[in-house]
Amino acid sequence: MTDPIVHMENIEKHFGAVIALAGVSFDVTAGECHCLLGDNGAGKSTFIKTMSGVHKPTKGTILFEGKELKFDTPRDSMEAGIATVYQDLAMIPLMSVTRNFWMGREPTKGRGLFKRFDIDRANEITMEEMRKMGINLRGPDQAVGTLSGGERQTVAIARAVFFGAKVLILDEPTSALGVRQTSNVLATVDRVRNQGIGVVFITHNVRHAMAVGDRFTVLNRGKTLGTATKGNVTAEELQDMMAGGQELASLEGSLGGTV
Amino acid sequence: MPTEANSVDERIGTEPLISRLMKRPELGAIAGVVLVTIFFMITADSAMFTLSGILNFLTPASQLAILAIGASMLMIGGEFDLSLGSMVAFAGLFFSAAVVNFSLPLVVAIPATLVFAALVGSISGQIVVRTGLPSFIVTLAFLFILRGLSLVGLKLATGGSTQLRGVREAVEGDWLVPFFSGDAFGGFFAWLASNGWVETFKNGTPKVTGIPVEILWSIGLAVLATYVLLRTPVGNWIFAAGGDPVAASNSGVPVRKVKVSLFMLTAACAALLAIIQVLDAGSTDARRGFQKEFEAIIAAVIGGCLLTGGYGSAIGAFFGSIIFGMVVIGLTYTNFDQDWFQVFLGGMLLLAVLFNNMIRKRVTGER
Repeated sequence: MTDPIVHMENIEKHFGAVIALAGVSFDVTAGECHCLLGDNGAGKSTFIKTMSGVHKPTKGTILFEGKELKFDTPRDSMEAGIATVYQDLAMIPLMSVTRNFWMGREPTKGRGLFKRFDIDRANEITMEEMRKMGINLRGPDQAVGTLSGGERQTVAIARAVFFGAKVLILDEPTSALGVRQTSNVLATVDRVRNQGIGVVFITHNVRHAMAVGDRFTVLNRGKTLGTATKGNVTAEELQDMMAGGQELASLEGSLGGTV
Repeated sequence: MPTEANSVDERIGTEPLISRLMKRPELGAIAGVVLVTIFFMITADSAMFTLSGILNFLTPASQLAILAIGASMLMIGGEFDLSLGSMVAFAGLFFSAAVVNFSLPLVVAIPATLVFAALVGSISGQIVVRTGLPSFIVTLAFLFILRGLSLVGLKLATGGSTQLRGVREAVEGDWLVPFFSGDAFGGFFAWLASNGWVETFKNGTPKVTGIPVEILWSIGLAVLATYVLLRTPVGNWIFAAGGDPVAASNSGVPVRKVKVSLFMLTAACAALLAIIQVLDAGSTDARRGFQKEFEAIIAAVIGGCLLTGGYGSAIGAFFGSIIFGMVVIGLTYTNFDQDWFQVFLGGMLLLAVLFNNMIRKRVTGER
């Protein structure tokens, strides 16, 4: 296995007396999809916010391509090449796909007073990138509001990839989607991984994780319960680890193993 | 899905022109101009649509447009400015005092007035972005503060009167006057008249001596604002800041700067109108710009701006203002009681909001 792009070692995060993360280690290498699983309140969000520079870890080190890095702001981690696609996607429904895609980083042409938004190039690249992701837009001026949830997710991912992400953190990308849209997003994850980008896939849905993951790390009560590679773990085992093992086992009987 | 990934998109270019036009925010305002024109063509005296008649309603329309274009950009950026009308009075006072009491030449007084107004605008802007309070309430406060300051200031500047006269005398002969007052292209119209191509009075002077400068200013502003909105990165930031400030700022858009700049721009538009009106009237008084903030916002809404921000058009606000001017002046050419104007205004606003709501649903695909 190649060296990891990001290696997080023994990360601890305390909020006052609350210990949200109690020593989490996690890494992601190029071209893999590393799933971070955990139930609500397990510390997933805190962990990715640490990784994307929103929170500073109380203890622990972050190595980026072998060098220790300190992220003071989300911008620092973005510039290093860590892109985060949050659940709210940072998309504006009333604006066109192109305008959303380039928001804050518009390409320009001309100089001085005549410096202007190069809308033709922006449209062309947007259409091209969307096509690569398997989305055929009606036109670059189609409003994001007319896209389905899965397509919006894909636009957000395409945007992150286009602007040079080496690591892509996806925060519960499938949690609000239907079956078909979920499979579209999972296919997108696969595409991104094949481009050599390290994907961190956060979810509490084991089946979605099993579908695309290469490695699986389970978080429970602020701690990692170990990392498993594909093929060496079953969905049931992951499920048990996420739930902490005990209660779910007793529920399992009455629910017929469908959770 | 992967199977169609590399196929050519057969849907591109098949969208009919009509449905693409339906998505433009200014469509409603343009349709409105057409409807109102047809209405007055039927009901009004034919004098309304002669050259002088048209300029007659375009003059107040373009004065309103100068405000409405600023207001529309601010609305697209997600904020309101209810102090616009008061700002006209306040900037008018500042400008008049500068030329009358301090005898400054226009080349100093005009930029000073614009900068001063922008600074005052930045105060309300800063309060809005720093506190997160609705701009509605913050600028409502400034509506009263600026109106009050205009009254107090006028009394100070004149020694007790609420009208400051003597502007015309003070600026007599200043080379900048023709750019902000009177009619442009006078020579051209005289030439047209001498060839008999435009109507003339019996003594040979043309009935229309030129195009009022405010019309040129408003057209210039509308074109510039539309260019900025649609063809510059800043335009994209304005839409983004109004559409969803959090998402915009997460994507690297300087939302606060954009919003404060828009407040400054709107205030500067009010100051420009104040300069034009004061030079035209030769004086200023405390009632200048009274209730213009509502008219400007109504024109912007008729022009397709959503009250919630993130959507709209500057050229639409320009057409919205034209509807306004046509109705105000047009009714005098008809047999209708002029006070129908207010009824018409309210009805128009209601229609526009309903229409915009429909358009928004169409654009976002909401059902």
